[in-house]
Amino acid sequence: MQILGTKQLRDRKVSEKIVRIIIKLLSDINRKIKIMHVCGTHEHTISKYGIRSILPKELEIISGPGCPVCVCPAADIDKAIEIGKRENTIITTFGDMLRVPATNLSLAELRAQGADVRIVYGPNDAVKIAKENPDKEVIFFAIGFETTVPLIGYEIKINPPLNFSVICAHKLIPAALELLIGIDQLNIDGFISPGHVASIIGTTPFQLFSDAYHVPNVVAGFEPNDVLMALAMLLKQIKNKEHKTENEYTRVVKSEGNKIAQKIIADVFDSVSSPWRGIGRILDGGLAIKDSYSKYDADKKFDIKIEKSIDIQPGCSCHLVMTGKIYPYECKLFKKICTPVNPVGPCMVSAEGTCAIYYKYG
Amino acid sequence: MCLAIPGKILEVNGDKANVDFNGVKRDVIIALVKDAKVGKYVLVHAGYAIELINEEEAQETLKLWKNIVEEEGLDESLFF
Repeated sequence: MQILGTKQLRDRKVSEKIVRIIIKLLSDINRKIKIMHVCGTHEHTISKYGIRSILPKELEIISGPGCPVCVCPAADIDKAIEIGKRENTIITTFGDMLRVPATNLSLAELRAQGADVRIVYGPNDAVKIAKENPDKEVIFFAIGFETTVPLIGYEIKINPPLNFSVICAHKLIPAALELLIGIDQLNIDGFISPGHVASIIGTTPFQLFSDAYHVPNVVAGFEPNDVLMALAMLLKQIKNKEHKTENEYTRVVKSEGNKIAQKIIADVFDSVSSPWRGIGRILDGGLAIKDSYSKYDADKKFDIKIEKSIDIQPGCSCHLVMTGKIYPYECKLFKKICTPVNPVGPCMVSAEGTCAIYYKYG
Repeated sequence: MCLAIPGKILEVNGDKANVDFNGVKRDVIIALVKDAKVGKYVLVHAGYAIELINEEEAQETLKLWKNIVEEEGLDESLFF
């Protein structure tokens, strides 16, 4: 199958051609097909361009846990809040993280109470704040998948000041795919995998997943025709009873990934069993800072234990939305009590949260 | 979160480069990519280049990104 050139990424005529291919393949397969993606940016593309509405009803696209803000456990946010309550601390993080409800408060509410909580564009900005404020502890609340991890690893490796530390809430995508494929009621026929995660880790970890679980997988870019093309490639595999990982996003993703970034990740972090909000603990689903860099590990520096935390507030269905078990509009709170202005669960906060995207594009 | 946008390297200074995102210039860290030289295009995530891309593809993707910013009526500074 031909891989798309970038000129065709939003060309409607190209979309129509790919949809015709999809219809033909579905007709050949002659059963309902369920494809899951695990990336908020993919859901954004699918909803914004109304991709579901132009596809046959036999092809269902469900959204998995593709939003690092959403899968960050309330306990980690609670931890950041407890540190932020202390004198002479500055909490820094990405903008999406601020309004996520945790057990009692969000970081935005903490800031409203007078704590110093700042949004940064990247971890280097947090290090800069640490250098400018040597008498304060500056904590970077680090969330994100493999795309974001090497950025934080790089800053830790180049000897930031000792008043800088990191709450490490990074999560890993391949481990989550293994969990999702094991959920019986989902019956996923194939995955669209996130292109920018693959730009770092390469396609090999996804190939190992396809091989182990006999499930078709396509690493895809983020334009509408990227997604349509990925669907066509998956259907072709399903029709031919294949189960491999293909790369639709060749303009960026190399099979070996980014070796420099991979080395930084391996030098600074260990993969660990890690809790995902609303989903549960995933083996090798997250990262922790290695002991050799423990002086930058906020967990070790501040020794805060969160005894009880609440990931899913009463009535909230984020745990079901994030595992593709329901669509946002099937949640009782959606658009009624839970809105972007007054979010109950994490999926309604982030621009990449499934509920926030459905609220916007409905 | 995993949003990444392409830009062209105008100047390299150690681990940093000044990058042109379709008219908006910003310093980015280039330590994560090999051979980041003046004139090359990089894909940038949260202020760090995470991969090199070729010029023709970068220009095409740049146009698409500019379109998104305009369509959404968003503030460009949120992205660049």
